[in-house]
Order: sequence, then C-alpha cells, then structure tokens
Amino acid sequence: MLNKYPLWKYLLVLAVLATGLFYAAPNLYAPDPALQITGESSAQVIDERTLSRATSALEEAGIEHFGEVIDPGGRNALVRLRDAEQQLVAQARVQRALGDGFIVALNLAPTTPAWLSDLGGQPMKLGLDLSGGVHFKLEVDVDAAMERRQEFYETAIRRALRDERIRGIVGREGDLSVTARLRSEADREAARTLIADNHPELTLERGGDGDNWTITASMTEQMRTEIANYAVSQNLTTLRNRVNELGVSEPLVQRQGQSRIVVELPGIQDTAEAKRILGTVANLEFRLVANLDAPESEKQRFEYRSEDRAGSFEWLERDIIITGERVANAQASFDENGRPNVQISLDGEGGTLMSRATRNNVKRRMGVLFIERKFRTRYELQEDGSEKAIQIPYDERKLLTAPVIQSALGAQFQITGLDSPLEASELALMLRAGALAAPISFVEERTVGPSLGAENIRLGVKSVQFGLALVVLFMILYYRVFGVIAVVALAANLVLLVAFMSLIGATLTLPGIAGIVLTVGMAVDANVLIFSRIREELRDGRSPQMAIHSGYDAALSTILDANITTLIVAVILYAVGTGPVKGFAVTLSVGIVTSMFTAIVGTRALVNLYYGGRKVRTLSIGGV
Amino acid sequence: MKVINFMGQRKLAIALSAVLLVAAIFSLSTRQLSWGLDFTGGTLVEVHYSESADLKAIRSTLDAGGYAGAIVVSFGTDRDVLIRLPQGHADTEGTALVRLLEDSFEGTVELRRIEFVGPQVGDELREQGGLAMLMALGMVMLYIGFRFQFKFAVGAVAALVHDVIITLGFFSIIGLEFDLTVLAALLAVIGYSLNDTIVVSDRIRENFRKLRKSDPLEVINISLSETLGRTLVTSLTTLLVLVCLALLGGEMIKGFAIALLMGVVIGTYSSIYVAATVLVLMGVSKEDLMLPVKEGAEQDELVP
Repeated sequence: MLNKYPLWKYLLVLAVLATGLFYAAPNLYAPDPALQITGESSAQVIDERTLSRATSALEEAGIEHFGEVIDPGGRNALVRLRDAEQQLVAQARVQRALGDGFIVALNLAPTTPAWLSDLGGQPMKLGLDLSGGVHFKLEVDVDAAMERRQEFYETAIRRALRDERIRGIVGREGDLSVTARLRSEADREAARTLIADNHPELTLERGGDGDNWTITASMTEQMRTEIANYAVSQNLTTLRNRVNELGVSEPLVQRQGQSRIVVELPGIQDTAEAKRILGTVANLEFRLVANLDAPESEKQRFEYRSEDRAGSFEWLERDIIITGERVANAQASFDENGRPNVQISLDGEGGTLMSRATRNNVKRRMGVLFIERKFRTRYELQEDGSEKAIQIPYDERKLLTAPVIQSALGAQFQITGLDSPLEASELALMLRAGALAAPISFVEERTVGPSLGAENIRLGVKSVQFGLALVVLFMILYYRVFGVIAVVALAANLVLLVAFMSLIGATLTLPGIAGIVLTVGMAVDANVLIFSRIREELRDGRSPQMAIHSGYDAALSTILDANITTLIVAVILYAVGTGPVKGFAVTLSVGIVTSMFTAIVGTRALVNLYYGGRKVRTLSIGGV
Repeated sequence: MKVINFMGQRKLAIALSAVLLVAAIFSLSTRQLSWGLDFTGGTLVEVHYSESADLKAIRSTLDAGGYAGAIVVSFGTDRDVLIRLPQGHADTEGTALVRLLEDSFEGTVELRRIEFVGPQVGDELREQGGLAMLMALGMVMLYIGFRFQFKFAVGAVAALVHDVIITLGFFSIIGLEFDLTVLAALLAVIGYSLNDTIVVSDRIRENFRKLRKSDPLEVINISLSETLGRTLVTSLTTLLVLVCLALLGGEMIKGFAIALLMGVVIGTYSSIYVAATVLVLMGVSKEDLMLPVKEGAEQDELVP
C-alpha cells in the first residue's frame, strides 16, 4: 500500500484550486463609491462639458473625486468618490448642477483589474441587507383584470347582437362567462354563429328550457392564465420604465410567481418618493393628425418617441378620440401576407367612439400619443438658508406612431405597415404599457439603511473570522499534522465557495454569510469522519499506510450519504423558500459540494504527498 | 476501545425525550410561537439614536401621533430602537413614523430599516414553511429507505421530528421571535441532525454485517461507542462557529444562531438515543440488513 496519486490527480487538484483563486480574487478589490450620470432621454449625450459641470459642483462642496470616465458613445459617465459617506450629498449636488435632463444615480464601481474581468472574473453581488436599499413586493390584481375582460366581452356581444338585430338580454355570469338570453332557437343559433365568428377564443354552450334559449360564452382556464400573464407583463413594462427614472444604478424588476413583482432598488433611502414614482401610470391618447390648413389653435405639435425618428414631429388635432382606458389589448401579430402588424382591441364604448371618429376620415392619419408622468425638480430656499428639492409632476406626451386610416374602424383594428416584427412588438408593448393597467398594491416592503448594511458586513466577516480561528485551533491541537491538512482543505473550501458564488453571479446576503459560517463548521465533519476511521484502523493494528487507505475508503460512503441528504434539504429550501431562505440555501448547497471535493480529494492529495510512497512508522493524528 | 452501554440507559432516554416533547407541545399549544413580522404581517422600524433613547418618551410620542398599539423595544444597544406596528397600518406609515420621531428628538435619528409585510404574504409563508418542512422530511425518508432500510428511515425521521418539535418548543418557552431566518435555521437543523443520524446508522448497518453477534443491543452499543468521538468532535466544531455567530453576528442573525445552537445540541443527543432507540423498539435484526443474494451467483461459480 503506497498511497500515491497518479500525477493527473495532483494536477487536477492544483488546477481546481488555481481556478478557484483566480475567480475568488475579484472580491479582494473593494468597489469605489461612485456616481453614475445618464441622460434622461437616450438622445441626451454626455460630453466633457457635462462632466466638468459635475466635477466642479463636487469641488465646490469639497468632495474628493477621481477616475471620471465617459462611456464610448456618451450614454453615461462615472465619477468615483473617495468617501462613501459623502455619496448622498454628492448625488444631490451633482443633480442640482446638471438639472433635470440628467439622472444621477448612486453606484458602486468595481475596481476589478482588466486582466481579471476579461476572463469573466467579477466580485459577488451584495444583497440589499448588506448594501442598503429598498425591496418592494407588489401584487398585481389579476381578478380586476379578469373582470375588465369579462366586461369587455359583455359589451362586445351585446353590441354585436344589436347590430345584427337579434333581440335578447346579455349579462355576466360568474367570473368567467357571459350569457345571452334569446327569444327563439333561430335567434340563438344566429347569436352562436355571430359570437363564434367574432370571438373564436371563447367556448360556447347552449342552454335554457322550453321557451327560454340561452347561449353562454366562457373564457377558458388557459385564457385566465394568459390574462394574468398579460396583466403582470403590462405592469412589468411600466415599472421598468419608472424605475429608470429613480436614479438607481442596478435596479431589479422581476416577476415572482403567478401575480407578484419584486422591485429592488439598491441605495434608495426615500421610500415615499420611490413609491410615488412607481405608482404613477402611463396613458395613451388617440387623435387625428391635423389637416395642413388647420388653424394653430386647433392643433398641437408632438415629437416622436422612438430614437430612430428623434427630432421629427407631427401636428395633431386637439380633440381626443379615446384614451388608454378604452384599450383592452394590444398584441404584435402577422397579417395573411406574413407582414408584421399590431392588433388592438378596444372596449365597447371605445369601439363606438372610434367608429364615429374614423367613419368620415378614411385616408387621413391617426396619431397615438404615449403619456408619461415625469418630475421636474425645483429648489426652494428654506428659512435656515438650506435648499430643499421639490418634485413637480408634469405629463410628457410623445408620439408613438401615426398610421393612415384605411377604413372605418371599430372595436378591433390593426396597425399595419410596420418595418419589422421587432417594431411591432415594441409598439404593442408601449400600447399595453399605456393601456389601463391591472391595479397593483404593495404587499411587502423592506428598507435597509446603508449604515446597517455596512455593519452587517462587518459583523458577518468578524464572526466568520473568529469561528474559523477557533476551528483551526481545535483541529490542529486535536489531529496534529492531519489537523493542519484539514485546515488547509478548509481554507481551500472557502476560496472555492467564494469563487463559485462569484462565477454564477449569486448574491451574498446576511443569511448567506450564516450559511458560510455553518459550512465551515460542517466541512470539517468529513475530515473528522476520515480521521477517526484512520485512528480506529491504527488501533486495530493496521500499518500506517494501510490505515490511511482503508480509513478513506470506509468513510467515503458515510460522507456521501450524509452530504447527499443535507443537499436534498438545501435544494428543497431553495425551491420553496424566498428571500433570506434562498440566500442561505445557495451558500449551503454550494458549500456542501465544494467541501466534498476539498475534504475528500484535497486532503487525500496532501496526505499522499506527505506520507505516500515511503515507509512510515507512525502517523501524526493525535492520541489514538 | 471501551464499549459504553448506551442502550442500557434507553428507558431513561425515552423518559427524558418524552418530558421534553410534552413540555414543548404543551408550550406550543398554550403559548404558541411568537411569530415574527414575516409571518404576522405588519410594519417594523429600526432606528438609531445619536444619544441613548428614552423608550417611554418614544412610546408617548407614538401614542400621541396616532400609532396606538406600537411595540417599542431597544435592540442590542440602548441607542437602537425597534418599533413594531400591528397589521392594519398602511404601507407608507413606516417613513411617516421615522419623520415623527425625528421631529420629536433633538439629536439625530437614523433610519436603519423598515419592513412592511402585507397580510397575504404572511399566511403564504407559513404555508410554504410547513410545506418545505414536510417535503424535506418526506424526501429524506425516501432516500434513507432506499439507501438503508425502512426501519432506519423511521428512526431517522423520528429523530428529526423530535429535534424540530423540541427546538420549536424552546422558542415558544423562551419567547424568542420566530421569523424567516429562524425557519431557515430549523431546516438546517434537519440537515445537520440527519447528517449525524446517518453516520450512526451507517455504522450500525456495517457492524450488523461485520460482527458475528446477534444481540442487536450489543451491536448498537458498539456502533455508538465507535462513532461517539466523531459525533462529539463535529458537534463541537459546529458549536464553536455558532457561538461566534450568536455573540458577534449582530442582532439580525442572533435568532438564527440560537435556533441552530439548540438544534445541534438536541440533534447530537437524538442521533445517539432517539434514532437508535427507535431501531431497538422496531426490533431491528441481522436479517434486515443482509445483502441480497445476487441471482445467478451460483451459476457463475459453475463456469470455470
């Protein structure tokens, strides 16, 4: 029994460790507190002049800064600060100096050297409990969206029957259905054909007794899911637009589950302000494009919203045909010739207004305006001489599109002549964002101040250090040379854990740190198992080399069983848990996997290097 | 090596476990758990005062400001204050409350954190937490049943249920707040206790096959004695880091660390006594663990 590893195994261990060190390295470079400056609209270019206005504002306030850069293309600029405590003051000053055309966001600029980041090296992201910021959870009222859709079908069917002169009573039934009561079987069949033609997505069912004929049109469960998805994605679009206005460098807007949306805003302190901006809704206006000879008093000028048409504009009439409240749905699609278009459905009232407005205006053009609530900052001098920033809301109206009206329009029509499917889906997205969204409410909110975040990091690191030191001391005293080997493996395990977390872009949270601490405690378990096996083998009178060999062998299946079951628990935690529980589960499961490698393969390599291939009389493994 | 007669004391162990379980269940049904914000919903505000804070003054300020029923306690130091509003306050109240405190205090009041949890979220979490726990137990039972044998699975799960109930009971008796991180800790306790139980079960299985002894009590005693060193060392290293976490990790992590500390102690005890005692009660025997004879093994021998 020689206990030698083939060369490739040593190389494998070395390679894994080297990779681990490389990808863990970015975490050693502490990020600089910084300000990120972007233009309010994408047309706004940031040049040297803008930047020097910002830096002179900082100099005036005596705030140290360095490393200013403008992105190639001039989309945004970065100013690094020396002192994190001054970040908020600096933001206010620079915002004041640059005015409303720019968004000044708090940022943590990475200082990872280029040779590391070129190969994908990046530091771990910090969770809100460590970096400070706001976490919102919003609930989309899917039921309200369903009700609105049901209402839409009710008016649409009632109108269709009236237009075809079929007499009957139309009413809503339950949550998903609309029922029409008719006077004869012939009427019912006519109604059935009519509804089936207009709304092929509904399932139809005949009903009623002898002298009472009904037809019930129901939305399917699948439609319910679609409507829920639609309501959520509609709100996601709007929220993303709004969040960009808040001046946050790395916001997160993410769907969670069936009907929830999570918004995370690092660095934000004023939750009231954040909520007000998140809560405002966008709107749409449909207006006719004004005739050339229309007097100035009857028309208004609007610029296009899209970047490719920046600067060009149209004159629209002042009269509004309908607003976004009347829009029930907008979806990108293709016509029979395979050309991209956008299908728009209006509610009953909207359909009437639209057909009235377009009937006599065929071949004219109709403009669709997108209206966003924006905020202008005004600075008011307080009695004590300080300035107070006041946000004044205003509506910004920009033109989305202005297509030609080809024929009289009703409740359902299409916008054609679009250049690409991409353009169609973007237009549909904006129309949906402006249509009346399903109501949302805040169901969870967590704010962590920046000082608490910093303290959490400090305490977390401190407890990891102390815990580690105690374990190291104990292991070396108890297991001697083998203890030293286990400690080296433990250190390697921490490096691999950090490297893996950085590589997969996992977020480090406070419970995550707790998970690391627990991993430290449990990672030595595998080694304890192996070492006590080796001691037993020695007691049974085996030779040292033999004892090492069979100690590792016998402990292996125990370690695997124990770790796999713990991994099962960690995976369930990840799947079922949210927020803090997830963060803990990630570090725990990553820690289990890395610890199995370092504690089994890693320590064996070291033991083989130290004891392998020679005659050994005794092992330094503590009292047998 | 000295064999300790663990199983000789099993009646005492059963009595001890029974007393602990009854106490835990009694407390859980009468006092219940003091559910944290994550589960009850409501608003929680943590603020840091520049000088030591007068809790009485804060309470009367809040009462006057229309926040009746607010719970005000100091949090860690006398300058850190935690305020809890019951459910029913709007989600914007947190910021308004901090402003009120700022106005009524001459020094500075720094906002540390605000948490608002709506009622529907809390209910869901309780359901999810319970579901996670049941799922974890079920999966674990399946895995052990598959890797070992049914009796071992029952023993392991009995030990887990034992640990979870006693840890929960401990939280109920001491009146510590039970929030999401504590739930995570409890699930980690399941993982840890399981780890321990499996190591012991593994050795029991091995010894049943290896030792030519038929008395289950003796085999179990030998196995427990053999693994005792490892069980204690691992528990010790884990306890060392957990004590560091509880003492140095800050207030937000304290509940987590205490739950795990308690769980590790109970888990160590249960892996020695509960799991093994259940095996004895279920009459585990050598025959349960014989390796299945491979079909065709005899035929193989006939072929030269």
